[in-house]
Amino acid sequence: MEITFLAISAIKIFVFTFVITLPMIAYSTYAERRVSAILQDRVGPNRVGIPLTLFGGKKDWKFFGLLQPLADGLKGLLKEDFTPAHVRKNYYWIAPALTAVPAFVTVCVIPFGSEITIFGETVKLVIADIGIGPLFIFAIASLSVYGITIAGWASNSKYPFLGGVRACAQMISYEIALGLSIVPVLMVFGMLNLSDIVNEQAINGWLIFPAWGEGLTNPDTGNFNLGRWLLVIPLLISFFIFTVSIFAETNRMPFDLPECETELVGGYHTEYSSMKFALFFMGEYAAMIVGSALIVTVFFGGWSLGFGLDAKWLMDEAGNWKAYAGLVHLGAFLTKVVAFIVFFVWVRWTVPRFRYDQLMKLGWVVFFELALVNIFLTAGIMWWLAR
Amino acid sequence: MAFIKIKRPELSLSDKLYIPAIFKGLWLTFKHAVKSVRGKSIGSKDLASSGLGITMQYPEQKWDEHLPEYYRGVPALVTDEQDRERCVSCQLCEFICPPKAIKIIPGEIPSDDEWAKVEKRPKEFEIDMTRCIYCGMCEEVCPEQAIYLRQDYAVTGLTREEMVNDKKRLYEIGGKRVGLVNKWNELK
Repeated sequence: MEITFLAISAIKIFVFTFVITLPMIAYSTYAERRVSAILQDRVGPNRVGIPLTLFGGKKDWKFFGLLQPLADGLKGLLKEDFTPAHVRKNYYWIAPALTAVPAFVTVCVIPFGSEITIFGETVKLVIADIGIGPLFIFAIASLSVYGITIAGWASNSKYPFLGGVRACAQMISYEIALGLSIVPVLMVFGMLNLSDIVNEQAINGWLIFPAWGEGLTNPDTGNFNLGRWLLVIPLLISFFIFTVSIFAETNRMPFDLPECETELVGGYHTEYSSMKFALFFMGEYAAMIVGSALIVTVFFGGWSLGFGLDAKWLMDEAGNWKAYAGLVHLGAFLTKVVAFIVFFVWVRWTVPRFRYDQLMKLGWVVFFELALVNIFLTAGIMWWLAR
Repeated sequence: MAFIKIKRPELSLSDKLYIPAIFKGLWLTFKHAVKSVRGKSIGSKDLASSGLGITMQYPEQKWDEHLPEYYRGVPALVTDEQDRERCVSCQLCEFICPPKAIKIIPGEIPSDDEWAKVEKRPKEFEIDMTRCIYCGMCEEVCPEQAIYLRQDYAVTGLTREEMVNDKKRLYEIGGKRVGLVNKWNELK
C-alpha cells in the first residue's frame, strides 16, 4: 500500500504541477498579451509558430502565435544572467526562488477533479487531501511576501527597495481581509477539506449560486430553501472581498504598486535579468492561477459541472463516481480556472492603479471592517435559520 | 491678481463607492474587445485593419496606397524632361543637411556638351541612408528642384556601404520629373 501510495502521489505531483500548472503559467502570459491586445484594438503576438520555410517548406505555420511562450522561455534561458556588483549576493539569489516556490507548493491542496478509477484503484485528483486546505494555502502563500521583500532589499538600489517596502505593507494588509473574508464560507460549510467542500457543492449547489440540490429543496421541510438563498448575500460580499484581496495578494493591476512600471521602473525585480526575472514572473502567474483555482473551488463549485448534472451523468446507482468522472471534472475545473484568468486579465487592462494611500485605506478601513461585519452577518443569518 | 477659488466637485455616493465606475470600465473594454474581434473597431476601415483591432499586419499588408502626398521617404535626384541632370552641384543641400548625410563632389560640364551653359553638375553625389533623418530640408533648399523626398520607406542593407546611395542609384530612384524649372532650356 505504501509503495502504491507513493507512486500515485509522485505521478499526481508530476501531472498537476508540470503537465497542468506550468503550461498554464506559460499560456497565461500568452493570454495576457493576446487578451490585452484585443481589449485595446491591437493584435498581440501572432507570429511565432513552426518556421517550415527554414526547412524547405512552402509556408510557415503560425498557429496564431501559440508557440510564443516557448520562444519566451528559450529567451529567458539564453539571456545573460547578470548580477550587479552592488547586490547582497545570497539574498539576491534566494529571492526569486522564495517567490516562485510557495505559489507552486499551494497547488498541492487544490482538488483538480473528483476521482478516477484505474486498474481497480480509485485515485482522488488532489495531491494532498488534507483537512486544512484553505489554511494551508494562506500559510504558504503568505511566504511569498518574503521573496519580494528580500528581492527589494537585496538589490541594494532605490527603486527595488521602494517596491519591496510597498509589497510588504500591501500583502500583509490584504492578507487580513483575505483570511477574514473566507470565515463565513467555512461557517456555512463547517469543514476545511477542499475536496469535501467541492463535493458538497456538486450535490447541494455552488456556494454563491445554489440553484439545485439543497438550494431548492430544504432537506428538513422539503420546501423551497429561502434561508439558503438569504445566505448568498453575505457570501457574495465574501466573494467580492476575497477576489479583490486575491488581486492584491498576486500584485495584479489595480494593486500592482510593488511593480508599477511607470513610477518604480520595475519595482522589486528591477535588478534581475534572464531566468531569475522569469522566476518572479512565473511566481506571479502561478499565484494568479492558484488564486483563481481557490476562488473557483470555494465559490464556484470547483470541479463540479453544476445544475445537478454531476449526479445525473457521472454517478452510478450506488452513488459512486464513474471511472471516468474525474477526467470530466478535471475539464470542468480547468475551464472555470481559465475563465477566471481571463477575468483577471480583463480587470488588469481596465482598472487604473490605485494611489498608495488609497490602497492602504481600502485594505484597512474598508475591507477589514467589511469582512468582520460580514462574519457577524453570516452568523446572525445562520442563527436565525437554525432557530 | 485675482484669486479664484475652485471647489472640488462633490462626489455622489456611487462615485465614492467606485464600484459602478469599475463595471462601466469593464463594459467599455468588453465592447472594445467584441468590436476588435469582429474587425469593426472604430477607425479600422480608415486604417486598413487586418481584421483584428485596427492594426495592419506589416510585411503582408502595406501602407503604400494610404501614404499622403507629403510623405517624406528616401531623398533622390531627378532629371528633367530632356533627361538633363537638374542638380547643378551648388552644394546647398550638403550645407543644410542636419545629420551631414549628403556628400557632393562638383564637376564641370565640358564646353562641347549640349548643356555647357549650365556649367556644373555633380561628379559624385552620395546620400548616406544610415544618417538621413528624412527632414526634407534638402528638398526645400534646392534652387533647382533637383532633389525630392520619394515615398519609399523600407531602406535595408547588410553593410554600411550598401546603405549609401550613390549618384547612379539616386537617379534610378528619382526618375524623371517634369515642369517648374525651365531656365536652362529653350522653352523659356
